[in-house]
Amino acid sequence: MFGEGIIQGLVETARNFFGSYVDKDRLVTVQYPEERHQLPEATRQFPFLLYDGADPEAGLRCVSCQICEKECPPQCIHIEKSKDKKPDFVGKLQFYPAVFNIDVSTCMSCQICVEVCPFDAIRMDNQFELSTSNRFAGLLYTKPELAKSNEYYRKIHPTEAAECDERRAKEAEEAKAKAAAAAAASAAKAAQAAATSPAGAANGASGNGTASTPVEQPAGKKPVTQ
Amino acid sequence: MTGVAELERRVEAGEDGLGDILEVSMGPHHPSTHGVFRMDVRLEGEKVVRLKPVFGYLHRNHEKIAEHGAYLAAIPYTDRLDYLNSMTNNWGYVLAVEKLAGIPVPERAEYIRVIVAELSRFQNHAGLVGFLLQDMGASGTPLMYAFREREKILDLFESLSGARMMCNYMRFGGLRVDCTPAWLEEVRQLVSGLPKFVDEFEALLRGNEILMARTQGVGVLPRELAINAGVTGPMLRASGVNYDIRKVDHYGVYDRFDFRVPLGDHGDVYDRYMMRILEMRESLKILQQAVRDIPGGPIIDPKTRLRGLRPKAGEAYGRIEAPKGELGFFLISDGSTIPCRYRVRPPSMINLTILEDMCLGHNIADVVVILGSVDIVLGEVDR
Repeated sequence: MFGEGIIQGLVETARNFFGSYVDKDRLVTVQYPEERHQLPEATRQFPFLLYDGADPEAGLRCVSCQICEKECPPQCIHIEKSKDKKPDFVGKLQFYPAVFNIDVSTCMSCQICVEVCPFDAIRMDNQFELSTSNRFAGLLYTKPELAKSNEYYRKIHPTEAAECDERRAKEAEEAKAKAAAAAAASAAKAAQAAATSPAGAANGASGNGTASTPVEQPAGKKPVTQ
Repeated sequence: MTGVAELERRVEAGEDGLGDILEVSMGPHHPSTHGVFRMDVRLEGEKVVRLKPVFGYLHRNHEKIAEHGAYLAAIPYTDRLDYLNSMTNNWGYVLAVEKLAGIPVPERAEYIRVIVAELSRFQNHAGLVGFLLQDMGASGTPLMYAFREREKILDLFESLSGARMMCNYMRFGGLRVDCTPAWLEEVRQLVSGLPKFVDEFEALLRGNEILMARTQGVGVLPRELAINAGVTGPMLRASGVNYDIRKVDHYGVYDRFDFRVPLGDHGDVYDRYMMRILEMRESLKILQQAVRDIPGGPIIDPKTRLRGLRPKAGEAYGRIEAPKGELGFFLISDGSTIPCRYRVRPPSMINLTILEDMCLGHNIADVVVILGSVDIVLGEVDR
């Protein structure tokens, strides 16, 4: 019969229309600003910088190695290295970024900066409502806007953050153990030198004394203040 | 075709009985062109006597950008070629780099690649059929049904890779992140529900008399012309040529799956439409087997350096069966960290070259339908 195909199609349409009142699978839209879907944990939008502790300046993990700046495909990251150094989470003195800008109008959310960062300093945010009326300054994110705390990271990517925290805790532990071992070794060396010096030559003792001080200085004190 | 030169000669000679020739510029801002694409059409009455595709409005210098960055930095740019299928674009590129540098891929990564590529093919075909029917005047309904299912697939992509469309998921020697058992379970559930959708989608318009009148015998692409023009993908198979790179090249782990390659008979728009629906069913078959058989293990070759990869000097061509046809990447390395030459073989653009031959002699309203059945994405045509 001519028109059978059309009627068959209309039956499908009717099934979908009436089905949308009873079947959740047939009515999938949400009323956006009021209702929202929950974002998957892996969602990524634009990068942000992580800091530990309460102070965004002192706790900033970025050591200004500029790997992300080099690897960024659209070249949207601009970093200026600091002149001085500050201690990082294991107490090692590191540079920090004096300027860290991300031009989000150029960024394409590819996550390559996150992948290449060896210091776990840059991560992807899941904020997407970022419209602004100023298309130049409003879309150039500077260090204060980019710096976000580790607690925030734990909130938006719990699994990833837990892994990261665990790895960093282990690293800190190892660094601490290494520092302690180095301190112990230098102490033992000093003790040995002290034990041998009265018996040995007098000018040898003074040489040992000067050698032991530079080893102790970076290894012993810094993790305690951190 | 003989008709083109003959008609042109008669038009140029100003022969009587041809009527007035009207030149219409369809596009670049025409909703039927699926992007910014222009067709310079000459009409005699309603009949097309000449059609010149004009493209390049979306040119982004993709190949030269890739030749200025590291091998890794080109992966997110490939997402933006055929922006509906970033997963398969990634695969084509990483396959070329893997051939160039001789990188092995773990088995689990190959299986996940097959899963995401077939999901991608499914949502591409569903979307294409929706758009094709929309072009024919089935305004909105099939397209929205297709998008409803596509959304579920994009949600899966988002929870896996972090982005719905610009996934940037594959890496040389494997993948960026592993999938969780929960994700695989979601895929399994989705795949078990999708055949119902395909049945419904097919029943919606398969037997529709208006659809048949508009598509059967329209835009016929003869077998010989399809082969000579280098047409690939569902378009070639709709013309009856049994050529699927998944079967021919055995790339990835495709030879482990039991699936069939649907073939058309007439090479008209209706065949191309049915081809997509049949391929969706075959994709679901592959998905079921891949989700069932996926092994454990690592997802990336541990020896591969992503950053600062330096393949030995040489060249490689990696090609895959993308949803639109043969997607190939040709790379020449001079031993440095950036590719010396990077070339994309885009299926959309090469399938578009025979547009004039398919459109000649048809009404201008059919041009829209024929273009819709080619399945182009301008991001890939213009690059």
